[in-house]
Amino acid sequence: MTTDIHSFRDLANEEFDTRTLLRNAAQQAKDRKYDDFFIVDTDSHHYEQEAFKEIAEFIENPILRHEAKLQGMSLGGIASDNALYQGNGGRITRYPLRGKEKVPATPHRDITLMERWMDPMGVDTAVMFPTPMLNLASCPRREEVSGIALAYNRWLCDKILAENSRLKSMLYLPFYDPDMCLRMIEEFGDRKGVVGFMVTATTYKSNFENPYMKIYSSLQERGLPLGFHAAFNWSEQSLSLTNRFIAVHSLGFSWCNMLYMTNWLVNGMPERFPKLKTIWIESGLAWLPFLMQRLDNEFMMRTSDAPLLKRKPSDYMREMYFTSQPMEMVNNRKALEVTFEMINARTQLLYSSDYPHWDMDLPSTIYDLPFLTEQDKRNILGGNAQRVFNLEPSLSPAKQARRTAA
Amino acid sequence: MDEFLICREGELAEGGVRIVQTPAAEIGVFHRGGQYFAYRNFCPHQGGPACEGVLMPQVVDVIGEGGIYKGQTYDERDMHIVCPWHSYEFHLSDGTHVCDKNLRLKKYEVVRRDGRVYVVA
Repeated sequence: MTTDIHSFRDLANEEFDTRTLLRNAAQQAKDRKYDDFFIVDTDSHHYEQEAFKEIAEFIENPILRHEAKLQGMSLGGIASDNALYQGNGGRITRYPLRGKEKVPATPHRDITLMERWMDPMGVDTAVMFPTPMLNLASCPRREEVSGIALAYNRWLCDKILAENSRLKSMLYLPFYDPDMCLRMIEEFGDRKGVVGFMVTATTYKSNFENPYMKIYSSLQERGLPLGFHAAFNWSEQSLSLTNRFIAVHSLGFSWCNMLYMTNWLVNGMPERFPKLKTIWIESGLAWLPFLMQRLDNEFMMRTSDAPLLKRKPSDYMREMYFTSQPMEMVNNRKALEVTFEMINARTQLLYSSDYPHWDMDLPSTIYDLPFLTEQDKRNILGGNAQRVFNLEPSLSPAKQARRTAA
Repeated sequence: MDEFLICREGELAEGGVRIVQTPAAEIGVFHRGGQYFAYRNFCPHQGGPACEGVLMPQVVDVIGEGGIYKGQTYDERDMHIVCPWHSYEFHLSDGTHVCDKNLRLKKYEVVRRDGRVYVVA
């Protein structure tokens, strides 16, 4: 039989729209009945450079404010060490096209764009982070980092988090400036939507140094978690030996958190701050079994190197929290299952998408794992985050409307 | 299996992609090099709309005598369908992933008859 097609789409005539790009995600959410799941995305991003003229107005120092308005906040182009390779040469279409996406005048563009991906994926609450600012720590003008970070945090709290209860953030800490870190915790720790604070792990400061103890004490006292968000710096001496993005990203995004985690453990931070929750963000999961085995093995021979530890390093790691993306799941489900067991994933793993970045994971990467129970899936997709961040388990307006109509 | 009319010859520009919904599946039809190719618009990786991305040629590392690296070039004879979600790449010619042939886009037969292009689904 021959049938005419009356409805079709020619891609050459289409404008970019996140909701179109994610139609299949919406279908996944429907098929898996996410309307019955509270889903928290613990690591997502926005592109703060698009709102940087607004952010610059929050910079206190008039000289820095003037320069920030002129220069903006963006990555550096093809010849720079922070060139924008994440879009994979135009293959990930949301990179070149996202900036042209049309949105209504209100609410803020960043809120609209966040909700446009959250709803198709079935995400109710998202913890959002910046993008270029993750490398702000590598700015050679270190004295200016604090001023930009402070402005960004004020802008985020005032313009985004205050306006939308689904959006949360662990605010950026300028780790070179411990006094400013403490000031930020005190100024923003009680603001709406602030669920913790975050260090980008490319900061070249050791996290066991004494000036940081007041930061950890303050966070512990407030019950707010500290996150270490992975990133890489292609100028770093060993990583500069790589010549392709896949190499620097595969190594760099794991290496920085391996370094921070190792320093954190052998200096006994879990014993010094036993109630401080730490979250290790965007390094994937495959690094964890390696580091657990490596550190345990050496610790048993050299306990005197880490005398504050009363248990094996892996015992402490199993009490920390890890975001799930990018979950290494190509062709070896057995390894993934062992990893989940080793890190106590059912209570310690937090689903994260990293959307809109290139290696994002949908909730189905957790939901479809055959070795998880229904309760495990609920925990990892939202329940664990609800507990860590003390969240209200509120379903999105779209989910609530569908449930009411059903 | 039914034949679904996709377009008249010349209606879909060279390099164009048309997405059509059939009872069997949503299908992407590519017009490239005078040929038509049809695949299910569904990436086997995480379910992305595989046919809604860009077409890119195979990237080639050019290696000279003695293993010397000479640079990179495109092989325009081997065009890839690139899923826009994560840039998984599939050969336009047969829908298989460029690294793992067990991973593939579902392919549909294209019939050209009397100035019209049909997909069999």
